[in-house]
Amino acid sequence: MSDALTRMQESLKYDELINCMRCGFCLSACPTYKLSLHEPRSPRGRIALARAVAEGHLELDDITGPLDQCIGCRACEVACPAGVHYGEILEAARATIVENKQQGALERLVRTVGLKWVLGTPGGIRFAGWAIWLWQVTGLSWLCRKTGLTKAVVGKPMAELEAAMPRVPSPVKRYMGGGPGHVFPAVGERRARVGFFTGCIQEITFWKENRDAIALLQNAGCEVLIVPGQGCCGAVHSHTGEEATAHAQAKRNIAAFEKHQIDYVVNAAGGCGAALKEYKLWLARDPEWAERAARFSASVRDISEILLSLPPIPLGPRPGRVTLQDSCHMRNVQKLVSEPRKLLNSVPGLEFVEIGNADQCCGAGGVYNVMQPETANAIGADKASRVKATGARELVVTNPPCQLHMRASLMRAGLDKEGVRVVHIATVLREAMDAAKAQERTGPTKP
Amino acid sequence: MGDAALIQALQRIVGEQHVLHAPADLAAYAVDASPLLRSLPTVVVFPGSRDEVKAILELASAQQIPVIPRGAASNLSGGTIAINGGIMLNMNRMNRIIEIDAANLTATVEPGVTTAQLAREVEARGLFYPPDPGSQVISTIGGNVAENAGGLRGLKYGVTRDYVMGLEAVLPNGTILRTGGKNAKDVAGYDLTRLLVGSEGTLAVITEITVKLVPKPETKRAALAIFDRLEDAGTAVARIIENRIIPCTLEIMDRGTVKAVEDFAHVGLPTDAAAVLFIEQDGPRAVVDADIELAGKLCREAGARDVKVAATVEEGTKLAEARRFALPALARLRPTCVLEDATVPRSHLPEMFRFIEATAEKYNLLICTFGHAGDGNLHPTCPCDERDHEELERVEKAFAEIFDKAISLGGTITGEHGVGIAKQDYLAWKIGEAGVEVSKGIKAVFDPQGILNPGKVLPKATRKRLVVRQG
Repeated sequence: MSDALTRMQESLKYDELINCMRCGFCLSACPTYKLSLHEPRSPRGRIALARAVAEGHLELDDITGPLDQCIGCRACEVACPAGVHYGEILEAARATIVENKQQGALERLVRTVGLKWVLGTPGGIRFAGWAIWLWQVTGLSWLCRKTGLTKAVVGKPMAELEAAMPRVPSPVKRYMGGGPGHVFPAVGERRARVGFFTGCIQEITFWKENRDAIALLQNAGCEVLIVPGQGCCGAVHSHTGEEATAHAQAKRNIAAFEKHQIDYVVNAAGGCGAALKEYKLWLARDPEWAERAARFSASVRDISEILLSLPPIPLGPRPGRVTLQDSCHMRNVQKLVSEPRKLLNSVPGLEFVEIGNADQCCGAGGVYNVMQPETANAIGADKASRVKATGARELVVTNPPCQLHMRASLMRAGLDKEGVRVVHIATVLREAMDAAKAQERTGPTKP
Repeated sequence: MGDAALIQALQRIVGEQHVLHAPADLAAYAVDASPLLRSLPTVVVFPGSRDEVKAILELASAQQIPVIPRGAASNLSGGTIAINGGIMLNMNRMNRIIEIDAANLTATVEPGVTTAQLAREVEARGLFYPPDPGSQVISTIGGNVAENAGGLRGLKYGVTRDYVMGLEAVLPNGTILRTGGKNAKDVAGYDLTRLLVGSEGTLAVITEITVKLVPKPETKRAALAIFDRLEDAGTAVARIIENRIIPCTLEIMDRGTVKAVEDFAHVGLPTDAAAVLFIEQDGPRAVVDADIELAGKLCREAGARDVKVAATVEEGTKLAEARRFALPALARLRPTCVLEDATVPRSHLPEMFRFIEATAEKYNLLICTFGHAGDGNLHPTCPCDERDHEELERVEKAFAEIFDKAISLGGTITGEHGVGIAKQDYLAWKIGEAGVEVSKGIKAVFDPQGILNPGKVLPKATRKRLVVRQG
């Protein structure tokens, strides 16, 4: 075997590739296969393709398209009887492609500015927060949308996501509401000290959802520190083949959180949480970091997970029918399935109904809906029709990319005009908690 | 006709978006669930109707191009490998349930409907389609019919063959053939329906299937029995059947499988057990309760160390986990998993188990056996590494001896996986030279040009049967 092929086999994780026994069970779990019915758009097919490259039957270029088509929801890992680590295979393949590919000037620019400068540093994320706020507050967003300029420049799918983005809080409000280094005291007896992982985009576009989660933690007896110096979790880098940048994010975050005495690292973003829990795998072969990463990953908790392990917060009535769309990485990687359901079912007056295929990706996939809008929006449209069929007034989500993508999907289906909202689970619980507090103040209302 | 002209001609028939031919597309269709096999098709095509299938076959006939019908490619015998290239004919776009006829208790479907989808739809109407092959979440009814798929419920309910009442198929020259129908009784001529069932895509392309349905059983209940001696498990199986209990599921796992399952899934099985039986009965509650209690008692009398009887359906599901984890547990041990299906008459199960154990030892292999004790269909499973060619040679020799033993006990080389490429050179052992000659004649009548799934089922060269010393 040639040296080049040996290197390719190592890079593509050949030892993992051959664990696939091609039974096809994953096909039933794969959103892109179900949409296309084409084998190269299935996990079994993609593994066969990576293997064909590793064995010298195909060129790396041949398989880039089919791999780009994968949302990376990892539902196939749950369906796989042989325990194949598809996520590792996918990320290794993407990293190999990025390493070996001659990138065009535009792609290089987007990757350098977007992934390395903006999302790759805490300063870049702060800058993005300012930029988005200015864009919205100056009316530029409105003007460009109304004149069709947004659509003309970035295309229809991006323009629809832009329109679905909620109004972001001003930098002043964000500072006043407790930025990096701020400590939120526990309400009542202090049971735990929590380091809050805000997420990069989440802390800008879904800032309020993070504050809802923090309020819940405080009332569950946690002192909450917004750990300073944290940045992006690195999931987006890992999913786009920027392995080195992803690992740099992991190291920065581990180092930032290690500086503080905390019991748990808590987050309210299913996708980020999955990445934080997988730092131990990312850095397993780095002697300096392996142990630190393992310790860090072991302390990570999703907001749903930690709330159930603490004494329940009193919840008041929050009536109405809701349905839930799981975050793929919360379900398939963190394996948290019953937790959000238990919490929703504990809210008085709330009627929880299953969407019917909550285990199936909504199509957001981090930046998948930007890279592959056709597939992402087809899946989003199917979800929207299922939301409608449940008769729910709210679609509850547990991850910001799902929240943005489903907002856009409901808008496309016209459901926003019928008053159907997309809400984060932390918001639902916060509102129920506030209802309980209001009741305590005024006494229970007689029906 | 060059490849480019062929692709264009196919695009004209089904539309451009339903033809795949890029290098990556072909590579993804070069494999199925069978280990070790790989061969590229020339082009991949997705017909949307019977008439498109007909047009494709007429084209292939005129050009003498091989056609390989394909469902979900979950078969384990190499049945959908394009060994001579050709047109990979994917039937999964034809996935409509055409009719569920509650008055005649039949369902008529297109071949691309998945087994799980049909089961779900009929069960929503209080009806039941019993065949449940292991890959039912993804396998198609067309594939099940072509392979005559079995499953866990074989003992009580039979296999796919027992449910197919009528077929529509297209012959390689484009002729449409209709067989059977909705009649419970129909002796008009040769039973062409049964001939096509299990023909592994070598005789005709099935485009519509009418299956028999039965009323959905009222309830079900399960029990799990653990044995210190394999013979005792064999005795228990015999005693259960003798007492006129036909469980819907009667599964056995050997020592190696039990250990693998426990190590992987921690379901509470003792790792020193020699065998575990999983028993499930369905039907009216009173019958189910009586049967499962008696089955439990018979297991204890046969010498079971422990018998767990589920009180509820949910508890039964929990007990079923032990069996459900058999394949996942074994598949994780090594990269490659050779899963066979040698089958013997029920009464010879203990002897067959012993022989498999001894053969594994002889060839220094791990072969764990689980399977359908009720119908004698065993799955000796060998976790191995396809990169180790010396090991693979030992695997092949061991299985040749196992097939030979199965035949000598009045069994068969394959109970439910089919012949395909994997078993074609053993076929004569089971059906004899006369059987092979008649089969060749049938093939020639349906497919005189030999374009339909060529190189499958019929032997290329029959293996010499090994002389195995008994004892």
